[in-house]
Amino acid sequence: DALSAEQKYKLWMRYRYQDCVGYLAELMHHDAFQVKEMSLCTLMNFVELEAQYPLVEVEWKGTVTFPRELLKVVVDGLLPLHEDASLLISRFQEYMEYDDIRYFVIKAVTESIGQVMQKTKERPLPFYQQNVFSLISPINMPNKESDMVKFMAKQDNWEELKVSKLQAHKQAFEKMWLSFLKHKLPTGLYKKVLVILHDSILPYMNEPTLMMDFLTVAYGIGGAISLLALNGLFILIHQHNLEYPDFYKKLYSLLDPSIYHVKYRARFFHLADLFLSSSHLPAYLVAAFIKRLSRLALTAPPESLLMVIPFICNLFRRHPACKVLVHRPNGPEDMSEDPYIMEEEEPSESRALESSLWEIQSLQNHYHPDVAKAAAILNQSLSETEDDISGLLELSAYELFDKEVKKKAVDVPLEFEQVRGLFGKKNDIFAEHFILD
Amino acid sequence: SNPFEVKVNRQKFNILGRKTKNDVGLPGVSRSKAIRKRTQTLLKEYKERGKTNVFKDKRFGEYDTKISPEEKMIRRFALERQQNYGKKNIYNLNEDEELTHYGQSLAEIEKLNDIVDSDSDTEEKGTLSAELTAAHFGGGGGLLRKKASSGQQDEEEEKPKSRKELIEEMIAKSKQEKQERQNRRESALELTEKLDNDWKEIHTLIARKPPKSERKDKEVEKPKPDEYDMIVRELGFEMKAKPSERMKTEEELAKEEQARLQKLEADRLRRMRGIDEDANKKKPSHVSADDLADGFILDKDDRRLLSYKDGKINLENEDEEEKDNEEEDGEEGGKEEDESEEESEEESANEDEEDGAADSHSDLESDVESEEEAAGNKERKKHKTNENESHNVKELDPELKAPTSELPYTFAVPESFETFKSLLAGRTIEQQLTILERIQKCNHPSLAVGNKAKLEKLVGFLLEYIGELATLDSPELKAIDKLVLPLYNLCQMFPEAASDSIKFILRDAAHDMEEVIEVKGRATFPGLDTLIYLKITSLLFPTSDFWHPVVTPAFIYMSQLLTKCRITTLQDVIKGLFICCLFLEYVSFSRRFVPELISFLVGVLHISLPKKQGQGYTVVHPFTPAGKNLELLLVCDKQDLESWQKQHLPLSTVTRLKEANRTEINHMRLSCIALCFDLIKKSAVLYESLPSFHEIMRPVRILLTQHVPVNEYPEKLQEWYHSALKELETKEKHYTPLICEKKKPVPLKQYTPKVVKVLEFGRKQAGSKKEQERKQLIQRHKRELKGAIREIRKDNQFLARTQLSEIMERDSARKRKVKELLGSLATQEGEWKAMKRKKGK
Repeated sequence: DALSAEQKYKLWMRYRYQDCVGYLAELMHHDAFQVKEMSLCTLMNFVELEAQYPLVEVEWKGTVTFPRELLKVVVDGLLPLHEDASLLISRFQEYMEYDDIRYFVIKAVTESIGQVMQKTKERPLPFYQQNVFSLISPINMPNKESDMVKFMAKQDNWEELKVSKLQAHKQAFEKMWLSFLKHKLPTGLYKKVLVILHDSILPYMNEPTLMMDFLTVAYGIGGAISLLALNGLFILIHQHNLEYPDFYKKLYSLLDPSIYHVKYRARFFHLADLFLSSSHLPAYLVAAFIKRLSRLALTAPPESLLMVIPFICNLFRRHPACKVLVHRPNGPEDMSEDPYIMEEEEPSESRALESSLWEIQSLQNHYHPDVAKAAAILNQSLSETEDDISGLLELSAYELFDKEVKKKAVDVPLEFEQVRGLFGKKNDIFAEHFILD
Repeated sequence: SNPFEVKVNRQKFNILGRKTKNDVGLPGVSRSKAIRKRTQTLLKEYKERGKTNVFKDKRFGEYDTKISPEEKMIRRFALERQQNYGKKNIYNLNEDEELTHYGQSLAEIEKLNDIVDSDSDTEEKGTLSAELTAAHFGGGGGLLRKKASSGQQDEEEEKPKSRKELIEEMIAKSKQEKQERQNRRESALELTEKLDNDWKEIHTLIARKPPKSERKDKEVEKPKPDEYDMIVRELGFEMKAKPSERMKTEEELAKEEQARLQKLEADRLRRMRGIDEDANKKKPSHVSADDLADGFILDKDDRRLLSYKDGKINLENEDEEEKDNEEEDGEEGGKEEDESEEESEEESANEDEEDGAADSHSDLESDVESEEEAAGNKERKKHKTNENESHNVKELDPELKAPTSELPYTFAVPESFETFKSLLAGRTIEQQLTILERIQKCNHPSLAVGNKAKLEKLVGFLLEYIGELATLDSPELKAIDKLVLPLYNLCQMFPEAASDSIKFILRDAAHDMEEVIEVKGRATFPGLDTLIYLKITSLLFPTSDFWHPVVTPAFIYMSQLLTKCRITTLQDVIKGLFICCLFLEYVSFSRRFVPELISFLVGVLHISLPKKQGQGYTVVHPFTPAGKNLELLLVCDKQDLESWQKQHLPLSTVTRLKEANRTEINHMRLSCIALCFDLIKKSAVLYESLPSFHEIMRPVRILLTQHVPVNEYPEKLQEWYHSALKELETKEKHYTPLICEKKKPVPLKQYTPKVVKVLEFGRKQAGSKKEQERKQLIQRHKRELKGAIREIRKDNQFLARTQLSEIMERDSARKRKVKELLGSLATQEGEWKAMKRKKGK
């Protein structure tokens, strides 16, 4: 009644606008990707415009005029509970370049995780968690405050606001990850988080030590997850003074036949190399590691063997006390048993120092010529300089194959035994078990 | 220069061979030079530091060094003219008119003051030609004039040429004359030569010149040599029988063969140990001393060894090479008959078979074949003239012509795989073999130059064909079994080509697998063809070598197969076991250790057990301790267990598991387990000498003794089991501590001086080329840095000096002005005081 016609019109327009936003938010769950993409882009346009021309007057100087509710709507649309939205999220990544949007998205995600996980009460939501992960894992945090220059909207009193402070960004980032990792994750996601933990999460946290619990639990799980947790744990031990009791014992127990076969082999051996590089380690410990590694090498594929044999050689160079493993001139003539106890958990009890490296001696008969040559090195006294194994860590079987195939041969020796058919050799194993049928 | 300005850098020691650049310096000169340079550059910059406007030189081409000054001037002149063009001259001067003399512009005549270079005419040697004199000095008498310009005189008179043109014409003429002279001389030379030759020809005749009449007679007589003479000559020149080597008896032959095999075996051993590979590279072991390096291999039994049995020639090789026919003459008539008979028999047999085959495949290859046959016939006819091997046979037995027409005798090497396939399509395997053999013989590398390359291609085609046969829905393994023989022969002829083709196939397979792994994360076992290829590799090449261009990649590929490929079906298990067999076969001689093999066998045992057994062993990659695809080999059915008989696994199951019932599948599973037991036994025998044999076999033993349900298995299988277990258990444990090889004692330090060859004085000798370059670069950088610092310092000094002088100048000017002012004030004051005094007075 007291409103003028223009005010009424404006009010009406405001309602229509809100309706429109509501419809667009619904369309974010449409089946067709194009529709989703269009509504996402439109909503983000609204965000941009609202940030520039706020709907509400700025009351006092400290308030931010950013449309946080609208952004929350977008984030909720990006994180559906029961379907994979990685395509839409990857479309959204271009907006994450803006420092202010990133900041508010981080806050919105934290809020969303809180709400959703509260509701579901520990029931795992693989799709939702996957979506959250694909939204937050590519977040590229700025390194310096001076890097933060790209904002979608700037206010007059910009410098005083939290949005412009790196400290605040880091805090929000940290809070988001902690709330995400607080809940139980599926194994695949667990691994993915651990893979990126050391270089895209830990450096951008205010208090990296807060990750300690998460990492310790992960390290205790065993298998590939433990291997991956090792990296983050190493950063905490190395840079943040984390004390980890029985670290080497745990590392020792991580050595099982699968380490030569898993994808994370390079990363594990890189870290193991770091951990065992200290010359202050006791000889029994290093000897136990050497013995265990070489025992496990009896089931390893050639690409791993080519890496682990120089690795062991390096250990010998760093810890000359262990050389008894390859050179025991006054030992007992004949033993009926290998003194080393493979099943022993405690490296000090494993009696590794009383043993010899017969495993490597066996590998001197390996079918791959390079492995046989590498293993034969241990017969001679080692040179002083360490081998560089960084190039060997990533060696793949295919590279190995490729290298051999490309070698040029001067002449090709031939079989001289005349062929009498596919299975026609003398004592052919195939003839005993297979028939050509 | 002034000796007081020279500074001598005295050297403490004189070093021989060192070049000294800076022993004498001229500090004054160089300083003044530096100052001059600075005033030109730095000072200018300094003075213009506050100025923003720039001086531009717009003169055309002022700083362009490419344009010569003359041209510059011309262009400038042209520009000036362009600018002035169209602008009316305010004065009416007759500048356009040109003054002439005899129709020539005077200005031009004045300008032409260049003299013709008479030196260029070397022929004249100082004397001047008439034209030249005419041009320069106005010419002598009219005779000369006329000679110089005979034809063009009229024209010339009409339109007098400029002097320049005249001279040019003159030069051209003299050159032409020179050319003519040269031509004349050359032709004279030629004529002389010809005359010489003619003389030589005649000379012989003149030397003993018979009377004319006689000469004529002889010429008539000459073309008729006596017949008797001819025969005598012929007999004289005919090849005499030469003593050849004594024919060898069978024992000797056998002995030789044994010696050869022993030598090959020794070579194989040497290669296996991988020692001094380089030392013997020069002579490949399998090439005999008589080898002409033409790809013709004697080791193979394609050379018929002549031997006797019961006083008759022993004809072992029924399928005689046609080539031999040429070499061995009439004595072999009977043999040839045999051969052709046999061949015809074979042909007729083929015909029969073909008749049967023709019905079934007629729609596929009828026209192809008829075409081919027509071509074959033609070719045969053509062949008759130059090669008579097939011809021979036919002439002897004309009635056999009809059956032999089924298969042509000569074949061109197919150019593409498609033609190769169409050649073999529809033939029985025996015919295919004959075709291949004939292709090989007709195109033997020793017959024509291009044959080697062609036959090398054939290796690839044959391999591809075998692969295709193996990928068929029902693989024709029997055919492959036969085709291996020609493949082996070809491989013996062309080892490089064969190794390249197999390497190519392996690379393709490995590449495919790598791609699958990248996309899906895990690979699947390849088809039967790849398995066959791997098997063929072991037939063609020695697998015991320490390193072999084909076998080593094959090893790595097989290792990848056993560690990367997932095992989801019974077929995968059979394929895996097949590869295990391959591995065992590959290393059977060299006894090399294959970790993947044992791991795989452990895995196979693992999947034959029911789930959730107490462990004590670990399985590696393709197998998982828990999860899907377990119990693939588990057999629970009591009846099936009882009815099992050890059977050979048909290879075709690898591509397509027949719609078998449960019992058959169970039987197959049990066969797999039996095979696994056998492989364990074989590998135990193989690896018993390895120092860590027990550690390697530990998981196997644990599985066998603790987990495998032996008592449920049928009796026959139990036998397999026990024999495997026996091999494992009977080996005694035996460890000897390792001892390093003694290293050479480090020699004591010697105090004799180390003599190093000096290649270039003044240069550091040590280090490799790269290291030296690096050092040089560092040194140069250091020097440059020093120089730059010095320059900057001097620049600053210079600037400071100029600034100081500016300040001094300013100060002195101010002082002068103050003095002036004070002076004027003093005079004013003085005047004023004087006035005052005057007033006071």
